[in-house]
Amino acid sequence: MHLTPDDWEVIRLSLKVAIVGVVVTLPIAFALAYVLARGRFPGRILLDAIVHLPLVLPPVVTGWLLLILFGRTGPIGGWLDRAFGFTFMFRWTGAALAAAVMALPLMVRAMRLSIEAVDPRLEGAARSLGASPWRAFRTVTLPLSLPGVWAGLVLGFARSIGEFGATISFVSNIPGQTRTLPIAIYTALQVPDGERIVVRLALVSVALSLGALVASEWLVRRQGGRAHVL
Amino acid sequence: MSFDVEVEKRLGEAEIAVAFASGPGLTALFGPSGSGKTSILNMIAGLLTPDRGRIVVGGELLFGNGINLPPERRHAGYVFQDARLFPHLKVRANLLYGARRGEGRIGLDEVVDLFGLDHLLGRWPRTLSGGEAQRVAIGRALLSNPRFLLLDEPLASLDQARADEIMGMIERVRDELKLPILYVSHQRAEVDRLAASVVAIRR
Repeated sequence: MHLTPDDWEVIRLSLKVAIVGVVVTLPIAFALAYVLARGRFPGRILLDAIVHLPLVLPPVVTGWLLLILFGRTGPIGGWLDRAFGFTFMFRWTGAALAAAVMALPLMVRAMRLSIEAVDPRLEGAARSLGASPWRAFRTVTLPLSLPGVWAGLVLGFARSIGEFGATISFVSNIPGQTRTLPIAIYTALQVPDGERIVVRLALVSVALSLGALVASEWLVRRQGGRAHVL
Repeated sequence: MSFDVEVEKRLGEAEIAVAFASGPGLTALFGPSGSGKTSILNMIAGLLTPDRGRIVVGGELLFGNGINLPPERRHAGYVFQDARLFPHLKVRANLLYGARRGEGRIGLDEVVDLFGLDHLLGRWPRTLSGGEAQRVAIGRALLSNPRFLLLDEPLASLDQARADEIMGMIERVRDELKLPILYVSHQRAEVDRLAASVVAIRR
C-alpha cells in the first residue's frame, strides 16, 4: 500500500489533533475524576452530568455548542480573540478542542473507576507514616490509579482519532487544518473515484487504533500491574 | 503518663466514649469485636476526628483545646489489623516509606534482623503470608521513628505458632525500645502475657 503526500498530511494532522487534545485534557480529566471519586460537595451530581454530557448529546450538538461558546462572537471565543488575538475557528486547535471535549467523559470515567478502587485506608497508612496529604497522593493514590490513567489516555486517544460530528460542525472541513482521518474519509466518499483513498485511510485508522491498544497493554504490563486497559 | 485519652465519637448508631490513662509499657485495650477499639486507635492516630475530648500521648497534646494535629505530625507507629502494606511497593520500599522522618532508635538492618525479613526484602506484598505481612507492617511502623506504637490485633489472622513468634518480637520491642504501646485485642491470653495495664472496653 502506497500512501500519498495528502494521506500523510491527514495522518499527521489527526495525530497532532488527538495527541494535543488528549495530553492537554489529561490533567483536567484526572482532577475531575479525583473530585468525582472522592469529593463530597453539593453540585457533585450536576458536575458529573456536565462532564458526561458530550457522551450522550449528539456530537453535532456538542460542536454547535462549542461554536456558540468559542466562536469569534461567543463569550469565550470573543474574549480570547480580543485579549490574545487567538481563535479556534477553522484551525487545528479547534479540532483538538472538539476532540478533547468529546474524549473527556471517557477519560474521566476510566480514571474515576481506578481512583475509586484505591483503598483510602492506604492513604491513612501513608499519613500515619509521616506523609503529607500531597505526598500520600503522589506516592500512593496516583501510582495505584495509573492503570486507569493509561486506560483513559487510550480511550481518549481512540475517541479523538475517530471524532467527526463535533469537529465538522465546530470548525468545518479545512484541508490541512481540520480535515482529520474520519472527515477525510467522509470527503473521499463524496467524490466519484475516492474509493482507493477510503480504503487506505480506513486501514490507517485500524492500524492506529490497534497500535494504541497494544501500546497501552504493554505499558501496563511493564509496570508490573495486573490490571488491564481493556 | 503514656496515654491520657478521653474521647467521644458518634459513628452512625454506635456511640464510642472512652477515658483512660496509663503508665509506661504496654497498655491493652481489651474488649469484644465491634466495641469500637479500632476507632479509638484511629482517633489517637489522627485518622478519625473525635466529636469531643482530648488525647495526650507521652506528654504531647495531639487533640483537644482547639488542637487537632494531622496524622503525619503525631508520630504514631500504627500497625493495622490487615497490615495494610502498599501493594505497589516491594517490601524494602514499604519498610522505608516512613523512614525519611529521620533516623530513629532503630535502623533498617536491625529491623530486618529482629523480624527475620532478609529474604523478603525483594518481594511484593501480595506474595507474603499473613505472618510475614504483619512482621513487615510492624517493621515499617518502627522505622518511621515513632514516639508510640498502636497495634490493632496484630495476631488476629495468625496461627498459634506464628502468633507466639510475633508476641515474642513485640515483647522485645516493648522492653528494648521502651516506646509506649497501645495494643488492641480480644484475646485474654495475649493481654495477660503482654500488658502492664488493661483498659476494658464494653460494647
